Amino acid sequence: MEPGVDPPYLYPDYGSTRLRAPSEPLVVVAHTLSELTGPVYGASAIGELDADLTRQHAGEPLGERIVVTGRVLGSDGRPLQGQLVEIWQANAAGRYLHEADRHDAPLDPNFSGAGRCLTGDDGSYRFTTIKPGAYPWRNGPNTWRPQHIHFSLFGRAFSERLVTQLYFPGDPLLEHDAIVRSIPDDAARRRLVASLDFDVTVPEWALGYRWDIVVGGRHETPPDED
Amino acid sequence: MLLPLTPSQTVGPFFSIGLLHAPMLAELVPAGTPGAIRVHGVVFDGAGEPVTDALVELWQADPAGRYPAGAAGAGGFSGFGRSGTAADGRFDFLTVKPGRVAGPAGTLQAPHLNVGIFARGLLRRLATRLYFPDEEAANAEDPLLSGLAPAARAALIAEPAGEASVRLDIRLQGPGQTTFFAL
Repeated sequence: MEPGVDPPYLYPDYGSTRLRAPSEPLVVVAHTLSELTGPVYGASAIGELDADLTRQHAGEPLGERIVVTGRVLGSDGRPLQGQLVEIWQANAAGRYLHEADRHDAPLDPNFSGAGRCLTGDDGSYRFTTIKPGAYPWRNGPNTWRPQHIHFSLFGRAFSERLVTQLYFPGDPLLEHDAIVRSIPDDAARRRLVASLDFDVTVPEWALGYRWDIVVGGRHETPPDED
Repeated sequence: MLLPLTPSQTVGPFFSIGLLHAPMLAELVPAGTPGAIRVHGVVFDGAGEPVTDALVELWQADPAGRYPAGAAGAGGFSGFGRSGTAADGRFDFLTVKPGRVAGPAGTLQAPHLNVGIFARGLLRRLATRLYFPDEEAANAEDPLLSGLAPAARAALIAEPAGEASVRLDIRLQGPGQTTFFAL
């Protein structure tokens, strides 16, 4: 892995890392079938409306409708087909449908904020959703998360599992956010920011954003002795 | 030429709305399955407090030592499960013990579960393994366990917790820290 891509475990500006980051260094292990295999989910794991977060209830959610699409690629550039992509997010007011979210902002009875889809033959995924709102969090006295969508991917193996976040271009909160800033390399940070794309935008209906995701082995591993 | 990787970010505290759904839940096998075992434990932080918003994932071979291949979720053993920790920090799976899987250079690994941990405050996943207490002979010749110092090895072996039940606590930081791997 090139240095600077992933955040360190301990990043004191993000206060929750202080008691949760391991104090001992990671142990490098040789890859075996345990690391080189991983779960594969097919169409039976996906419901008809899972990729359209605006149609999961009787009415339409409030907020700015958007389309988010892109490709899931291996680090060798090959598209990953049939990848399960899972997302979750706050509603347009910056509130999650979660009992632990105490932000004083309204829930939307027409928005749950969770979606799933499988990538196509070209590795592409596509969601229709609402642009999530920014919200305050208790990392400091006046700290706010930039607008973001959480993404979960399996990659081709247990070693490639990735959970990350998509951000939106031009968000002035990006440079103030400890979770974004925990990524050491500025170019790597920018890879989490989607691009406004008029080829994705649906005229008169929804702005479109494009965001490609690259998964791969995240550590140097010693070669198998075979 | 390799493409640069997409960086990791924390799963945050609200992952349950997106990640805890059928068929990827804590029961890898239905209750009453012959040979089913409970695999549970508590996730602790560096202050010794239970972590009440962690996500623990399992990936494992079947009892014959084969990793499931092809699309899961349509019935059959998927080898994958998720458990969000509860208010007491506990994760709790129902599964079957995996068989032995080939290791490097013609070796055979002891039965083990591959474990991933995500949480608010974890900017990247933590990866570890769970080994079984009733597999002393296999554990003794496991290539990964054999390469570890005694304390690091002991931190990966679950303890018996009653009939058909094993427990392994996960300590993120400090004395007795779980052994975490760079995969």
